[in-house]
Amino acid sequence: MIPELGHFALALALALSLAQSILGLVGAQRRDARLMAATGPLATGILIATAGAFAALVWCFVVNDTTVSNVVQNSHSAKPLLYKISGSWGSHEGSMILWVLILALCGGAVAGFGGNLPSTLQARVQAVLALIGVGFLAFILATSNPFDRVWPPKPDGEGLNPILQDPGLAFHPPLLYLGYVGFAVTFAFAVAALIEGRVDAAWGRWVRPWALAAWSFLTLGIALGSWWAYYELGWGGYWFWDPVENASLLPWLAGCALLHSAVVVEKREALKTWTVFLALLAFGLSLLGTFLVRSGVLTSVHAFANDPERGVFILILLGIYIGGAFLLFAWRAAAMTPTGVFAPLSREGALVLNNLLLCSLAAVVLIGTLYPMFADLLLKEKISVGPPFFNTATLPLAVPLVLAMAAGPLMPWKRARLWPVLQRLWWAALLGLGAFLLCLAIEGIRIGPALGFAAAAWAIAAAFADVADRIALFSRPQAAWARARGLPRAAWGGALGHAGLGVMILGLAGMGLATDKLALLKPGEHAEIGGYTYTLRGIEDVRGANFTARQAIVEVTRDGAPVVTMTPQKRNFPVARMTTSEAAIHTNWLADLYVVLGEERDGGAVLRIHHNPLAPWIWLGAAIMALGGGISLSDRRVRISAPAAKAAKAAARA
Amino acid sequence: MSEAATPSRRRLLLLAPLGIAAAAGAGFYAMLRGLSTGEYNPKGVPSALIGKPVPEFDLPPLEGADRPGLASTDLRSLPRPVLVNFYASWCVPCLIEHPQLMKLAREGVPVMGVAYKDKPADALGFIRKHGNPYQRIGVDAPGRAAIDWGLYGVPETYLIDKQGIIRWRYAGPITEDTVVAELRPLLQRFA
Repeated sequence: MIPELGHFALALALALSLAQSILGLVGAQRRDARLMAATGPLATGILIATAGAFAALVWCFVVNDTTVSNVVQNSHSAKPLLYKISGSWGSHEGSMILWVLILALCGGAVAGFGGNLPSTLQARVQAVLALIGVGFLAFILATSNPFDRVWPPKPDGEGLNPILQDPGLAFHPPLLYLGYVGFAVTFAFAVAALIEGRVDAAWGRWVRPWALAAWSFLTLGIALGSWWAYYELGWGGYWFWDPVENASLLPWLAGCALLHSAVVVEKREALKTWTVFLALLAFGLSLLGTFLVRSGVLTSVHAFANDPERGVFILILLGIYIGGAFLLFAWRAAAMTPTGVFAPLSREGALVLNNLLLCSLAAVVLIGTLYPMFADLLLKEKISVGPPFFNTATLPLAVPLVLAMAAGPLMPWKRARLWPVLQRLWWAALLGLGAFLLCLAIEGIRIGPALGFAAAAWAIAAAFADVADRIALFSRPQAAWARARGLPRAAWGGALGHAGLGVMILGLAGMGLATDKLALLKPGEHAEIGGYTYTLRGIEDVRGANFTARQAIVEVTRDGAPVVTMTPQKRNFPVARMTTSEAAIHTNWLADLYVVLGEERDGGAVLRIHHNPLAPWIWLGAAIMALGGGISLSDRRVRISAPAAKAAKAAARA
Repeated sequence: MSEAATPSRRRLLLLAPLGIAAAAGAGFYAMLRGLSTGEYNPKGVPSALIGKPVPEFDLPPLEGADRPGLASTDLRSLPRPVLVNFYASWCVPCLIEHPQLMKLAREGVPVMGVAYKDKPADALGFIRKHGNPYQRIGVDAPGRAAIDWGLYGVPETYLIDKQGIIRWRYAGPITEDTVVAELRPLLQRFA
């Protein structure tokens, strides 16, 4: 009964979305106040219906309803409750339900927070969001119904993949989807603006919080996925330039460019066409990722079970949304004229440079991801584009990006002079140079990591210089505290975000110095790496809830003093018939000690020992970046309704 | 950002995203079509040997099988395209694909076998028990020839055209779908 209710709720959401998209567009076109007023309640209705469908699916997983084929394939009665719940969005079908739920949440949020939006804009945004919902709900109902029944019921589920039973992975998809789908809102704003033919400062102010929220969630989602790969897969790596990882990085880069260029629209009414384009692009790249992962056109560790039929459906949706939006863009964007003019050397100029570099980075990643597929299709050649290409091609773009990132916030709008900016950054530059030389002195000629340390020191110091400058920390220290409290949160958020990137680069540079060693040890023997001595004390059997494991006891000492005892395991899950490697990780924040148990031979064991300097700072940096986004989001000017008055005036003028 | 550009050039620039997206969309559509016809396969293992003549090798016959051995000279100037199939008695997927090979052999498609890293007695036992689809069988007990062929694993099957050029490689068991979707069109094309 419950699965059928869920199925019905999906159909109801589809019908409501269809009504929403038609009423919203027609109502806004006719300026019919009654039709436009219907969009808010309809958005609530869609949200209730999709939430009902999602709740029904979760319920099926929690009670382990084995008449539902999706439960049979992806769950098992012996799973802990958390993983039963997270299993409901682990499959292709379930993740699509989560996707439309988040879309409906966005619609509800626009209805809830968007009270000060002009009613035509509000109606059009809701209509576009609902139109996206129509496509994906139809996709679910036509090709990927998660409520399909099996008869006779299976005795129990088959989904016990132990690698996927992990808290990091449980929350990775929802965060990622909050990011992907969040860009649907900026997309809807861009399409609505193209229909209205007007982009102004108020539009920039409405769009920016959505871009910021989506970007922050995406940052967290990508970081969580990378962290999971690091501690769970046992390769000691954190980013593999896998096509699906790249697919999540692409909207992140476009969204990062968007939230910077939206500032220019808001403050200076320039870069309008470009910002609208970025808003379309960010969501377009999100959808491209959805297509790549679910259609089967590429192979990846992440790919869902897929079939070309679904691929064709998603491609058609992609054609309608992206093709339609770009068509609208080509037709209407010419009418948008910039009003703010600025010199190349100015805050606006720096933000343009930021956008160019971020978009070039996105282009490099996009080409590297798609090239093997198109080479296979057109040239009949099998090639793979791996980390060497991405590392080589992104570095020349990342270096100027970090250089400019530090100077940008210190520049005034309209017209700046370079000298005063450099004057305020000289000590940051000095710190960067110091870090560069220090790394060379300690580690020898390792240009990559040395550059990384320099960039990290530069970025963090420059973010500090920015804040110090704004609160006049050095010129008038007695008033600094008061000024710090009065400083807009957006400024704090921006500085924190930039510093977070610096912290992340610090971690990346540290990982550039990572070393590893393969050692066959018998009990009592030891290996040395990174100044630590790893002694194998013994190998024993341990039992877990649903696994048995072999566990090595490794005693780590430094200069004879005990540091920690590490216990890497090789787990065997009898029901799932799988063996997994549990890496033992000990962090002291300066480095991760990382031990993986390999095969056992001649009474000893092969240990793979990694010494990963500064590894945790990569994810800490990402978390700081997302925190910066969150603080910026809590800025007063995002919350208060000042722009509405301005927009009303603008409308009156028009 | 193209304020300086003339209106027509600006219009062209604004059309560029649509053009690029349309081209990419067409490419993706071709990939999806190719996925269902088998022409596009991201999982296909690449082979450096496609389009090249078969590597030099000379394998002794399998004792007791009543079939001659297999050498690269046997795969030059042929009356019709042939299949070269690497198999082993210890390989379960080989057993799965075996009926397909038998069917092809009955239809008259020449199938050559290479017994890969197997004891001759076991390799012989395999074809005695399940049937022999092979016209020639070479024994590659040390796996030397397999290295020259770039073997990925067993079973693995190659299509050699009449001039002795490798045209197709399939790593893994051949299924009925593979025969219908990939092998038959290729056999026709190179006949």
